[in-house]
Amino acid sequence: MSEISGATALLTALEKEKVEYIFGLPGGANLPIYDALVDSNIRHILVRHEQSAAHMADGYARIKRKAGVCFATSGPGATNLVTGIATAYSDSSPIVAVTGQVALPMIGKDAFQEIDIIGIINPCTKYSFQPRQASEIPEAVKKSFYIAESGRPGPVLIDIPKDVQQQKAKIEFPDYIKVRGYSPNVDPDLSEINKACEMLLKAEKPIIMAGGGVILSGAFSELQTLAELLSIPVVSTFKGKGAFPENHQLSLGPIGMHGHAEANRMILEADCIVAIGARFSDRTVGRFDEFGKDINVIHFDIDPAEIGKNKSVNAAIIGDLKSSLRALIKMIPKTFRVNEEISKQWLNRKKELVSYYADSLKDYSREITAKKSLKKLREILPMDGIVTTEVGQCQMWTSLHFDVISPGTFFSSTGLGTMGFGFPASIGAKAARKDVTVVDIAGDGSFNMTENSLAVSVLEGLPVIVFLLNNFMLGMVAQWQRTFYNRRYSGVHLKNCPDYCKIAESYGAQGIRVQSMDELEKAIKTAIKSDVATVIDIPIDPNEDVYPFVAPGTGLKDMVTGA
Amino acid sequence: MSSNKSIFINNNNSNILYILSVIVENKPGVLFRITNLFRSRNFNIESITVGITEKPDLSRMTITTKSDIRTLEQLVKQLKKTIDVIQVSVLDKENAVYRELALIKMNAKDPTTRIEIANFASIYRGNIMDISNETITVELIGTPDKIDAFKNLVSSYGIIQVARTGVSALPRGGITDEL
Repeated sequence: MSEISGATALLTALEKEKVEYIFGLPGGANLPIYDALVDSNIRHILVRHEQSAAHMADGYARIKRKAGVCFATSGPGATNLVTGIATAYSDSSPIVAVTGQVALPMIGKDAFQEIDIIGIINPCTKYSFQPRQASEIPEAVKKSFYIAESGRPGPVLIDIPKDVQQQKAKIEFPDYIKVRGYSPNVDPDLSEINKACEMLLKAEKPIIMAGGGVILSGAFSELQTLAELLSIPVVSTFKGKGAFPENHQLSLGPIGMHGHAEANRMILEADCIVAIGARFSDRTVGRFDEFGKDINVIHFDIDPAEIGKNKSVNAAIIGDLKSSLRALIKMIPKTFRVNEEISKQWLNRKKELVSYYADSLKDYSREITAKKSLKKLREILPMDGIVTTEVGQCQMWTSLHFDVISPGTFFSSTGLGTMGFGFPASIGAKAARKDVTVVDIAGDGSFNMTENSLAVSVLEGLPVIVFLLNNFMLGMVAQWQRTFYNRRYSGVHLKNCPDYCKIAESYGAQGIRVQSMDELEKAIKTAIKSDVATVIDIPIDPNEDVYPFVAPGTGLKDMVTGA
Repeated sequence: MSSNKSIFINNNNSNILYILSVIVENKPGVLFRITNLFRSRNFNIESITVGITEKPDLSRMTITTKSDIRTLEQLVKQLKKTIDVIQVSVLDKENAVYRELALIKMNAKDPTTRIEIANFASIYRGNIMDISNETITVELIGTPDKIDAFKNLVSSYGIIQVARTGVSALPRGGITDEL
């Protein structure tokens, strides 16, 4: 065995994990890694800011369902990754981040570009490694992928001191690794499933709340089988949007702060809630103490620590959702028939609520509104098109007005709510699925934060569509100031700066500003055919609010419709 | 870890002192991960001790915390979720031996005081570790309650310094770690 450097060992280990892309940016402390990269067949995507590298790796991971990889140097390179890693952590997305670190003898000396990234990143990673010998690198890489992708996925960081990257050694690559103290695969407890099954069969007004776990597990068909078998209406969390086809007759769409009004109403009237891969977040359920009070709540999750964290439940099934749901479906007696009369009443209630709220939500009558624009996008975009969003009003309008039909084709920064996430993440998603159209539904405030990724999209041949709902405002903050602060606007006016079409053109991308629905339709069609990124600048009314709205600290029952 | 369930305290009263015995990897950064978990999840701990176990690659942390049963459950789950944690047991005071060591330095300028303190120390099965013209230092081993009681007893002499190790504990009898 000949000697190789730690940096070469890193790249070889990544190749063994079948990594296709590395999103990154070099610097002083990872120069040896970038030198080794020259000889590697992994494609490097040069970003313009490390935060975007992490978001791209995250977007790639969410579509590929495999860890995305990003590189950064020490110090500011590493700290720039933090927002992206925290975003992935909040949404249980697997990424493996590799940072350079100052050489071992310099650690603790406050050296140039030295930062304790392991210390900083601890609360937002599943685990982190700092190899002290080149020979430790392959095992660290293998363990990182295993930890990132298994169980409840999440980001892992490997921090490699520069001298460890340079150190030459005879390095072995393990085929098998074991992480003591980590056992992500739990078989579901059949007695709990049995308990859940009994509750569910007894329920007269059951409802399924599908969370992001369904998408992570890919348990789409199991979810649909269960819902159809027992005629159970399905709401989702925002992260679970698209876990269940939103044009399905049992679908009610997301609940929550800006959930669908009928979904928010329906879950309050249910007598049994089946939460599947959902964590009862404050944005989803409103007040923990009011939500699901006095009724049976069944919780499926792969993470035991989610059980009882926000909400006490009556049955808890821990394990991968696919196998748990299969076990539940198997347990339903073949002879069991849904009581048609009771079920019909419950499903009629859904229809009633849908038609009631269709007329009672505030609507806006301008030529172009966010709602109309998103409906138009849905009309034209192929069903397998992937959609992500920025954060704020654009995101909540998407939740409300853009139906995800094909399961798993939608994702967003739902947990951390990171502005600037959508655009780089859409580029990562495009890298994962080059054959489909990828759209970032954006607001001007968010897009402004990472718009320099246009360079990456253009130069790397990863064209995406930025569907820019431009209200010249930090719109969601402005809406809160309108609603809760007596219209005292503070720090929200972006004042039509910059010109997003010119920005796009300056990067070699395409910019189209639309003034009518016809122009919008043409622009979407042009963008889908385009082989460069297209920014569709859609000016909308800065006063357009997102309704319905459940104010913070209140329950879903306190929903405001704006009308 | 089924045997751990049998020693899980089932009590709904809030703010009871619980003793957690946690087996962790004996390597750098583990203590940081655990203490950071307590901070970020807003758990309060009374004391924490760490030391190597009978196996050189494992350490035992003994953590005492005053909390209600729900918080305790979350704490245990979050600890178990931590990758460097191998095993978590909640020890029942009745079925565990638990001890803390304290060093207490007191004012003892006149000889009668020194004799009185020495007598108290011997009643509490403490040892005099250091004595000077001005001070006396007592070593005490026992439950935290016993150490508190001794501190109260001698407080009128003027306590100058106290160093306590925090609780170390093991389950009684045949209960072993499932490693």
